[in-house]
Amino acid sequence: MNLALKDVQHNLFRFVLTCAGLGLLMTVVLAMIGIYNGLVADALNIVKAPQADLWVVEAGTQGPFAESSSIPADTSDAVARMAGVAAAGAITYQTIEADHAGRTMRLYLIGYQPGHIGGPIHIAEGRGIQQSHFEIVADRKSGLVPGDVLRLGRDRYSVVGLVEDTMNSGGDPAVFLTLADAMDLQTRLAPAAARVQAARGGVAGAGANVAAVIARLEPGADVVALAATVRQWKHLQALTQAEQENLLLVSVVDRARRQIGLFLGILLTVSAVVIALIIYTMTMEKLKQIATLKLIGAPDRTIIALIVQQALVLGMTGWAIGLTLILLVKDVFPRRVLLEPFNVAMLGAIIFVVCLAASGLGVRAALKVDPATALGS
Amino acid sequence: MTSARIIVDVQGVAKHYGAGETRVDALRSVDLRVHAGEVVALLGPSGSGKTTLLNVIGCIIDPSAGKLSLDGEAVFDGHWLRRDLRRLRLEKIGFIFQAHNLLPFLTARENVAVALHLAGMKADAANARAQELLDYLEVGHRATVKPALLSGGEAQRVAIARALANSPRIILADEPTAALDSKRAGIVMDLLRKLATEQDACIIAVTHDEKIFDRFDKLFHLRDGVLVDDAGG
Repeated sequence: MNLALKDVQHNLFRFVLTCAGLGLLMTVVLAMIGIYNGLVADALNIVKAPQADLWVVEAGTQGPFAESSSIPADTSDAVARMAGVAAAGAITYQTIEADHAGRTMRLYLIGYQPGHIGGPIHIAEGRGIQQSHFEIVADRKSGLVPGDVLRLGRDRYSVVGLVEDTMNSGGDPAVFLTLADAMDLQTRLAPAAARVQAARGGVAGAGANVAAVIARLEPGADVVALAATVRQWKHLQALTQAEQENLLLVSVVDRARRQIGLFLGILLTVSAVVIALIIYTMTMEKLKQIATLKLIGAPDRTIIALIVQQALVLGMTGWAIGLTLILLVKDVFPRRVLLEPFNVAMLGAIIFVVCLAASGLGVRAALKVDPATALGS
Repeated sequence: MTSARIIVDVQGVAKHYGAGETRVDALRSVDLRVHAGEVVALLGPSGSGKTTLLNVIGCIIDPSAGKLSLDGEAVFDGHWLRRDLRRLRLEKIGFIFQAHNLLPFLTARENVAVALHLAGMKADAANARAQELLDYLEVGHRATVKPALLSGGEAQRVAIARALANSPRIILADEPTAALDSKRAGIVMDLLRKLATEQDACIIAVTHDEKIFDRFDKLFHLRDGVLVDDAGG
């Protein structure tokens, strides 16, 4: 006879309500974990998207994500000619706001050279860019669909394809366009004074600068040696892919990551306290029944099983409800909520341990109950 | 009756709380013998020590001094002679409470079966035995009902069935008829007497219920922790 199960069945409505409340709490915890993962993944995705081995940026900078970087676009040709380089391409990054369908969107423009590396790798819907101008491939999170027309600067761009999970560390969806269009947009969106100066020829060639040049190496090529060679060009800095990823995590998303991580820690602590309180309250309500069980001869293990089993059922049901809810609503979040099976399993394990620890309080109270309590009216 | 076997033998049992000026003597050298088949009552005003004595006999609290034997087995002689007192209670003692103390999340049958289950009986056998006891106490038709839906008399009979589940030789009852009217109180007392006779057990009840005094074989009066007299009921 499972006393824990019988008690749950007896107070099923209240138990379900308690589980639902705990489930909502677990939903928030899982959402925070997902947002935390999403933040890191988004930040890394934008770096990983070009599938480059080497990043060539402006000397003295940590560009193009941690700091702004501007190098001549023809650096791409010089890098492409280096021994060990399989492919190279110039690339620009720019965040803009654009109006579409009555709403204003923040977009992360990635300009790349068609036929070179740096463009979208996996087209989820539609096709890649085939024309030299006025075609874009957007991240699905932007809400754009193939066939949409988006006004950027003075020109209208057709959405020809969609990619997925390509956002910058701020959560702005990426939009790929040709390098020529991107550089044109940079010029046109610049302040009027700069355009006037450009028209006078004051900064001739300013529009021919890009944020970075990326390179993919031949198999067996030494990326560290290549980076060292590039650094010998005094106006350039070279970062390996690993360095770029590390730089992004350390300098760009680190504070946000720690903020969310701290909040997650607080949330887990609150959850633990709530679970402990629920289980302790559930136990205290049963003290007379526990005293009766002791009086009629129930051993401690029966009392402990009653409390621990209920605590575990409560915790695991709450965890399952939380997981179900977050899976249902995760796509509604404005930022990506990325849940890895490992995170979900780890939270389950944490809840398991918290329930065991929390039931310890209840068990302690239950074991201290004097069986004589049952004799009192 | 006195030629019957002694089931409960209390010799010189004392129980005090605190020490020095704050010392309270709940029991002072109490001697009490109850034989098989006897139904006896512990009487006395509040604070006289009758519940303390019931708790000592039920192996719930430690006596400060004295000896205690239950069903021929010495269980206390300055210290407990058995380590597992709950097992001892499970084997030898049945409890009947004023407020029934049925577990609200179990049906009537499960409330009885739980005592058998705790004693190690398999579920099917425990359920069959529980049903048998409920039938014997004429409450078998309410076997699948939860305690909240039982009448006071029905609940008390289920509580008695639970007390009898492991065929104990000692049944301790705390105000067993307090919640019942005169007619039902009489029925419960008849039932207890029948059990004592048929199962060769003894029944010790704490009661204030004067209308059932004549149903007891002996009335033990306690005052300030001292057994002042005993008389036939």
